[in-house]
Amino acid sequence: MKERIKNIIAEFGISRLIIVGFILFMFALAPVSGNKISTLLSNVANRFAWNGLLVLSMVPMIHSGCGLNFGLPLEIEAGLLGVTIAIEMGFTGNEAFLAALTIATPFAILFGTLYGFLLNKIKGGEMMIATYVGFSAVSLMCIGWVMLPFKNPVIVWGYTGKGLRTMISIENYYYEVLSGFLRFKLFGVTIPTGAILFFALIAFGIWAFLHTKTGTAMTAVGSNPTFAKAAGINIDRIRMLSVILSTWIAAIGIINYQQGFGYVQLYTAPYSMAMPAVAAILLGGASVNKASISNVIIGTILYQAIVTTTPNVINSLINLDISDVIRIIVSNGVILFALTRKIEEPKK
Amino acid sequence: MKNIIEFLKKNIVPIMFIIICSICVPISGFSVTYMINEVMTRLTRNAFLILSLLIPIMAGMGLNFGMTLGAMAGEIAIVLVSDWQIWGIPAIVLACIFSIPISILLGLFCGKMLNMAKSREMVTSYIISFFMNGIYMLLMLYAMGPIIPIKHTSIKLPRGYGIRNTVSMLNNRQCIDNALAFSVGGVKIPVLTLLIIAAMCLFIIWFRKTKLGQDMRAVGQDMEVARSAGIDVEKTRIIAMVISTVMAGFGMVLYVQNLSSFSTYSSHSNVGMFAIAALLVGGASVDKASIGNVFLGVILFHTLFIVAPTVGTKITGDSMVGEYFRVFISYAVITIALIMYEIKKRQQKSNAGKLLAEAQNKEEQ
Repeated sequence: MKERIKNIIAEFGISRLIIVGFILFMFALAPVSGNKISTLLSNVANRFAWNGLLVLSMVPMIHSGCGLNFGLPLEIEAGLLGVTIAIEMGFTGNEAFLAALTIATPFAILFGTLYGFLLNKIKGGEMMIATYVGFSAVSLMCIGWVMLPFKNPVIVWGYTGKGLRTMISIENYYYEVLSGFLRFKLFGVTIPTGAILFFALIAFGIWAFLHTKTGTAMTAVGSNPTFAKAAGINIDRIRMLSVILSTWIAAIGIINYQQGFGYVQLYTAPYSMAMPAVAAILLGGASVNKASISNVIIGTILYQAIVTTTPNVINSLINLDISDVIRIIVSNGVILFALTRKIEEPKK
Repeated sequence: MKNIIEFLKKNIVPIMFIIICSICVPISGFSVTYMINEVMTRLTRNAFLILSLLIPIMAGMGLNFGMTLGAMAGEIAIVLVSDWQIWGIPAIVLACIFSIPISILLGLFCGKMLNMAKSREMVTSYIISFFMNGIYMLLMLYAMGPIIPIKHTSIKLPRGYGIRNTVSMLNNRQCIDNALAFSVGGVKIPVLTLLIIAAMCLFIIWFRKTKLGQDMRAVGQDMEVARSAGIDVEKTRIIAMVISTVMAGFGMVLYVQNLSSFSTYSSHSNVGMFAIAALLVGGASVDKASIGNVFLGVILFHTLFIVAPTVGTKITGDSMVGEYFRVFISYAVITIALIMYEIKKRQQKSNAGKLLAEAQNKEEQ
């Protein structure tokens, strides 16, 4: 019996157990601090729906051995281009959502191909370079947002008539197009059904893909490149495919994020998007070279539970707004923890 | 001919920068005296910080993104010294002394972490800098006041605890730069600062020749070989990190006395990024950097930094473009340098493989 409990704990991971305990403790404190548990849970459900896809975009690249995808900001830019062009072309309402997804796709494929080509050249140093590729892309696009010839007054600065705004409200476009779909309340907890279904659909797609022949090849490339090569798999092609897939999910993910959040954030906003997503999947039990869909789901819920409930509870208990600081410490602490673990080195 | 191509290939980043600078400087329309003056100021402001990156590179730990930790230690020391209302050179010296224990602690932490993440040092030190930034914010925003006494309202936030967004050191403004300074044709030469930087360079040159310095180079070359030669690899690497962090702390104090104020919650991250970018612009790579790289890098990188906003405005008519452009350049330089390093590493690996195969073939014949 003791052994079994030990095994279960080992499998779940001590660190995650501590975090779950911490979250439960926070929820226990919630009524004392005057927060409704149902509101907190609604928050978590909502934020899970916003962020799920961004976290999911890590999976293909981890599978193919490209490591944690710190290059997420680059992939987000593809989605942002999709959105801005869709609005510029005059799509409104829910059509704009579909248009944005459609327009983002070719950009995602283009960016993914270039990014994948680069990552194939630098096998082994992916994570650090991905970080800086992401940053370079964001700063380049900052210039782009100023210079590109967008005209629609909704997205362009009012007084100069050129250069995109830093925040674009999508109130009249696709705000809550998914989150609002079939939304219902369960014991006071609001469930954004549409957005969760959308996540489930794509997550299922990825799960199914990973079980096809190409998907298995992808896992083989990540876990044992030498074996994969011996089995006649074209490693570079598989890695490229995984990067394109990641990019596409991230591009869709940011559009999904916006429909819940209500704003399109341009310029420097994507800089800070990679860390939370990376931290979430690691919190879910993934490692630098291993990740599954359940890691994504558990991780996103845990991560969002920490960053939404802790500040709320602490804030009302001791009147201290430390949400930002907690988010920074938790997300980077988790990544640091994962990076300093010994990983199973692929056999050479 | 082959040598020239080889030379161009090796120094592609500095050459690119020289070309960009030689195009941008005339467009900006700044006078020569102004340019030299500005470059001199920035050289004395940043050189010390960049020098702190050299030792971890020597020890094979790559670019030390964790140098921001040292910068944080320097900032904490400055905040305390400013609160005690100590002015002039004694304040600077005291801040330096005070930063040492904090830097050592942070350096030990960073070194221990990096020992647990061998071959992923850079990305790990990068995350450490973010993680520590969170702790630093916790300290500066919430512990300064209730736990660590802060008296002066010019430093404290109006709410009664925490540090203001910018901490001013106006009373110590350039007190080291101005000591022994003289000007030549309108260009101010801060002799004492230059002497300090020169002393630092001498220290690094001397340090390379010591037993410890040799050990570090051995560890940087090949950890396993070094270990079998009886070198305590882990300890050597930690010492490299500690030295680098302490130096970065001093560098930050020098940086702030030149600038006379700093933004409490962002200065250190910017300082880290720009120091690394400048070093790479000077032609350094992830596994090799010299003092020459530091100075060439500072001059080239900051020349572009001075002219970029003006040039951006002149070309595009928008002042923000230049601003974004220089951020882009810093990131792009780091990206290119990292990519070139990885490609080189792979080539060396495949070359070694080829040589081995050839040798085997010969033996069989």
